[in-house]
Amino acid sequence: MPRRYRADPRSERISVEMEGMAVIYHRPSGITHLLAAPAPEILDALSDQALDVDGIAACLAAEFEIAAEDEIAAVVADRLIELEGAGLVARI
Amino acid sequence: MHSFTVRIGPVGFRVGSAWPRPVAALEAIYAGYPGPRDGIADFTVRLEPERPWRRFVRPSVAIRGDFILPDAVPMALRHGFLAAEMGMNLQMALGQRRFLLLHASAVERDGRVLLMTGESGAGKSTLAALLGERGWRLMGDEFALVDPVSGLIHAFPRAVSLKNAAIAMLRAEASEDRFGPELDGTPKGTLRHLRPRADAVARMDEPAAPALLLFPRYGHDRAIRPMGEAEIFVRLTQASTNYVALGEAGHAALARLVKTVPTRAIDYPDSAAALAIVDMLWAEQAR
Amino acid sequence: MPLVRALADPPGTAALDGAGWTALITIARAEQLLGSLAYRLEGRPMPGAAAAILADARRSAEQQQVQALWEAEMARRALAPLGVPVVLLKGTAFAAAKLPPSIGRSIGDLDILVPRESLDAVEAALIAAGWKWVKDDAYTLHYYKQWMHELPPLIHRERDRMIDVHHTILPLTARPTPDAAALIADSVALESGLRILSPADIIVHAAVHLFADGDLAGGLRNLWDIDRLLRSSDAHAGFWSALAARAERHGVTAAVAHAARQANALYATPIPREWMKWSPFDAWSRRRLLARDGWGRARRPVTRLAFYARSHWLRMPPAMLARHLWIKARDRRG
Repeated sequence: MPRRYRADPRSERISVEMEGMAVIYHRPSGITHLLAAPAPEILDALSDQALDVDGIAACLAAEFEIAAEDEIAAVVADRLIELEGAGLVARI
Repeated sequence: MHSFTVRIGPVGFRVGSAWPRPVAALEAIYAGYPGPRDGIADFTVRLEPERPWRRFVRPSVAIRGDFILPDAVPMALRHGFLAAEMGMNLQMALGQRRFLLLHASAVERDGRVLLMTGESGAGKSTLAALLGERGWRLMGDEFALVDPVSGLIHAFPRAVSLKNAAIAMLRAEASEDRFGPELDGTPKGTLRHLRPRADAVARMDEPAAPALLLFPRYGHDRAIRPMGEAEIFVRLTQASTNYVALGEAGHAALARLVKTVPTRAIDYPDSAAALAIVDMLWAEQAR
Repeated sequence: MPLVRALADPPGTAALDGAGWTALITIARAEQLLGSLAYRLEGRPMPGAAAAILADARRSAEQQQVQALWEAEMARRALAPLGVPVVLLKGTAFAAAKLPPSIGRSIGDLDILVPRESLDAVEAALIAAGWKWVKDDAYTLHYYKQWMHELPPLIHRERDRMIDVHHTILPLTARPTPDAAALIADSVALESGLRILSPADIIVHAAVHLFADGDLAGGLRNLWDIDRLLRSSDAHAGFWSALAARAERHGVTAAVAHAARQANALYATPIPREWMKWSPFDAWSRRRLLARDGWGRARRPVTRLAFYARSHWLRMPPAMLARHLWIKARDRRG
């Protein structure tokens, strides 16, 4: 059973867009993060429901209208490591 | 303990000293400043002998108080006034929680504020002092206080810290009685402090809205560059000692500053060039 | 002493003038009780400047707690896969369980208690999750692991916050040796899965931490914690005998009784008559606790040195102490 991830509800993040990046204040930690796509989109997907890597890739594929889900999955896996280290995403 | 109290804008300080000389220097340069509101200091600084016997023998001044840097090197007594100023800076840097603190100078004209931020040596103090002698109201040379609720800049007009060549520049423009003691042999070279003009002191309780933000760099060919919002945001968090401590309010205040205040990076070879750039950019933002 | 008076009797602050408020605020900061004081005095009539300073202190304490609880959560995430009990201690425990001492309390490092046999696994998991040793010289690492009640301090690379991992509540070399397994066995689970000590053990730990372990530094805050804990537990029938039994179990009856007496003397905490017997050591402790002037300076250096020497005497047998001090002095010179 592949590992699933979750993020806090959207209300726990205050996001301000600056030049296409998201400056995100994460309320549970008090830490501010500067995130580039697709990290903010990954967070939003995981706020709605817990997903594994493929599930996240499918969400992003739909959102960005990209066909190559397997390429997206590789990017997602990398971003998840960073997001988990930053505390924005937790595995369940 | 020899004791000195003063209010600088919204912040009241109490400075205690084991020696009388630093207190006398403080009283001279801050003569006419108000006392802390309700007689209650926000922060306390203590100038103490590093060890009890260093009070008289090779006097050694340790900067202590509400907030302390544990590994700080003690200073010579002849630099006692500088120690007091550094002590007050330290309390602000480590203890200020009401206002978002930016390492920036601030000068006001026509109810609007020019902010200049950058590393030590970038020129923000010298430029602010020069503008203060040219019809601008000096709000501060070291710290700009941003009110998280209103977004206004509150004045914090401490004595301006001038280094080396800047001292001569300002000696040519400001009367002798406004200068503090000459302090040679400090880690940053020779220092002297300049008391703000009378109107800056009298109007210290008038906040104003920020209208232009500059990142100056001294000693380069003249250049003016726009900056991306994300870059400005990151550099301002680096220029703030209490952004994190202020939490959500700090984030909102900084984001609002970045989103609403025109910002430029400016390089300049000398102060004449810098002042000309400031005049030009200020006229632009006024339109 | 203004701080103790203000905490014990808030209405008394009405008599303070500007200098009095300045001294009170300075002392409270020095004793790390400004946040607690600010909540204790909330809503009282006072000069505007004092109200503003205390409001800042409340907001500051709240944000500090957010950050402290986040450290606990990140430790929880790193250690969850190990399946070992992780017991929060001190300020973070109070905040996580919303206990009375948490109101306005300043919290520094994260302190956790884990079973001794799990230390290696805990160390590995924390390092894998981004923590690193603060001091990684061989002597420090050996000394801590061999003799102290905790791993050497770890700090997180990115968040720059420290974690202290304990396996008991006093150094192995100290004279009383508490029952660490009992502390963990009786710990209480919180919703997150993290744990806190049982109500009696929390008080035992606070008392031990104050007297048997240290030189009474931070004592006023520690005793305020104890006062708040004792008052909220006082209502439960059989609490005092349970506390006495628990102190006995850990071999720290004297420390717990001392702490209760000092809290009673400072903050009028109700305590049983049997514990009220005041000794010369109690008088000595009280002087040390109150040794702070209106400028925030710690006074009475002779008393302080005596306590520092005492705290080391309690932790280490004399031969070890000599070797330890020699190595530390050699390192400082070298």
